[in-house]
Amino acid sequence: MNRILHPLLASLLVFGIAACSKQGPDSAAPAAASAPAAAAADGQVTVGLAVSTLNNPFFVSLRKGAEDEAQKDGIKLITVDAQDDPAKQQASVEDLIQKKVSVILINPTDSAAVANVVKEATGKGIKVVSLDRSVNGAEVSAHIASDNVAGGKMAGEFLLQKLGGKGRIVELEGIAGSSAARERGEGFHKVVDGKADVKLLAKQPADFDRAKGLSVMENIIQGNKDIQGVFAHNDEMALGALKAIQAAGLKNVVVVGFDATADAVAAVKAGTLAATVQQQPELIGQYGIQTAKKLAAGQSVDKFIPVPLNLIKQ
Amino acid sequence: MTPKQKATLQRLGPFIALVLVSVGLAVLSPDFLTVANLLNVMRQVSINALIAFGMTLVILLGGIDLSVGSILALSSVAIATLIQAGVNPMLATLLGVIGGGLMGLFNGLVISKGKVAPFIATLASMTILRGLALVVSGGSPITGFNSDLFSMLGGGYVAGLLPIPVLWMLIMFGLFAFLLKKTVFGRHVYATGGNEEAARLSGVKVDQIKLWVYTLSGAMSAMAGVVLTSRLNSAQPTAGSGYELDAIAAVVLGGTSLTGGRGWIFGTLMGALLIGVLNNGLNLLGVSSFYQQVIKGVVILLAVLIDRSGKK
Repeated sequence: MNRILHPLLASLLVFGIAACSKQGPDSAAPAAASAPAAAAADGQVTVGLAVSTLNNPFFVSLRKGAEDEAQKDGIKLITVDAQDDPAKQQASVEDLIQKKVSVILINPTDSAAVANVVKEATGKGIKVVSLDRSVNGAEVSAHIASDNVAGGKMAGEFLLQKLGGKGRIVELEGIAGSSAARERGEGFHKVVDGKADVKLLAKQPADFDRAKGLSVMENIIQGNKDIQGVFAHNDEMALGALKAIQAAGLKNVVVVGFDATADAVAAVKAGTLAATVQQQPELIGQYGIQTAKKLAAGQSVDKFIPVPLNLIKQ
Repeated sequence: MTPKQKATLQRLGPFIALVLVSVGLAVLSPDFLTVANLLNVMRQVSINALIAFGMTLVILLGGIDLSVGSILALSSVAIATLIQAGVNPMLATLLGVIGGGLMGLFNGLVISKGKVAPFIATLASMTILRGLALVVSGGSPITGFNSDLFSMLGGGYVAGLLPIPVLWMLIMFGLFAFLLKKTVFGRHVYATGGNEEAARLSGVKVDQIKLWVYTLSGAMSAMAGVVLTSRLNSAQPTAGSGYELDAIAAVVLGGTSLTGGRGWIFGTLMGALLIGVLNNGLNLLGVSSFYQQVIKGVVILLAVLIDRSGKK
């Protein structure tokens, strides 16, 4: 057995090394534009939706928005769920490529890890659109996401309106460097910066975390007893800050959060939280299908398609 | 039918199941039975198969290895860190696989010398190694290796057709089949799994066998980590969670007994392919991902029930 197996393996390896390439079976052929054409021929467009996880209400709503819109337009929608595993997402997108869908809507589990399979899809003439999270390292036809800058502005404007256009305020930032924290902060500062009557007392990161929101706010209160307004980059921090404010006995502090989590919406109803900015995942799904439809018909689309936000207040 | 024929048929059960499911999918989806798709499935299966080959030996011993997913992740981020530190990508890969083997050896030592049940020992190392993967990577994915050679390991093709991960899978299949069938080591694995005390009394160095088997399992997980990292061009500290269950499912579907002593690598390959074909086929058919989980669970249950009923 050894006498047969060893030469066999050795020759296999030599052959393998000699014949290795980065080129796949189909990529030698010119980018097959025939795939979308074939799909269009029978009149029905097939769209693949690759979601990072369906164990999260946000993405379930996103899928629902896409499903409803697809049904309205007679588009066939195939949803695959990566369960937050980049490898699983890669495999399921490969399956969509085999299925020869016209457009793939992808909500990456990890922005960088999907780049290879996005390249594979676009190489085969399939248009790719990213939803909610962007793709890093490969070109997509469009990116559809909540406009966090607009959301930050919305929060800032509401806060100032509540305070009569002036006041002493605090900003609790999300994880430093994360796009959500950057963009929400940017929008907020567009509104509050450069106003003579508005004073930013403190601006500190609390990492999107409720416990940190509490302790950071406690520290801020130690130095500033006359806080009138707080903007937190997410609801968790806002709810944490609220606890600190209540414990310190401060009255009439306007706290605005972001994300409209169930806890936060309940707090708005109870009147403790002033407002929270709500993303509209169903709209992201709906815009995704509309964009896919345009792409399948050969029309051009905008590179970034912002999805409007909603302010939930009492 | 003679008992021997019946036994042969029994052993071919996983293969027959694979053929039946494939025929069904081919009828239902025109995209299933194409060369491109079959190669696609094989490539997707390779990661699970590599882990499952190692897991087969572990289960043949009557043990279990829950740490495979964590070993995959830790070797993956270790390799990525080495490459980014300027180490030659091939050397980093080799070190990563050896490292995976050492993590397996640690499991083996705790189990054989420390007399800890495999379930508990590997449950602990699963947690420890996952934590270390997060420590090494700082919790975020490591990306951007820019090494063509490294990206070939998981993303390349042989002769423009056969994906390299599939080649790894076939080579390792050959090696493991040979190891189990033709070597003294293989016979000792079966003997130890069948009856550890009897094996010990007849001169099998049981502890040494255990060390080797867990080391191999670790090295195979690291190898799967190499394929995954190369294909994604990204090392994820959270990669591979839940993979131990996929591997165990492949082994069990392949007819290897969880109580040890009976089983084979061919069955594991068939089991891994069956899971992969189901994943792929259900995606092609556009079956809801929630139902996919239900269907896969039912298939595993059926396969094991049929296997049990035949062995009475």
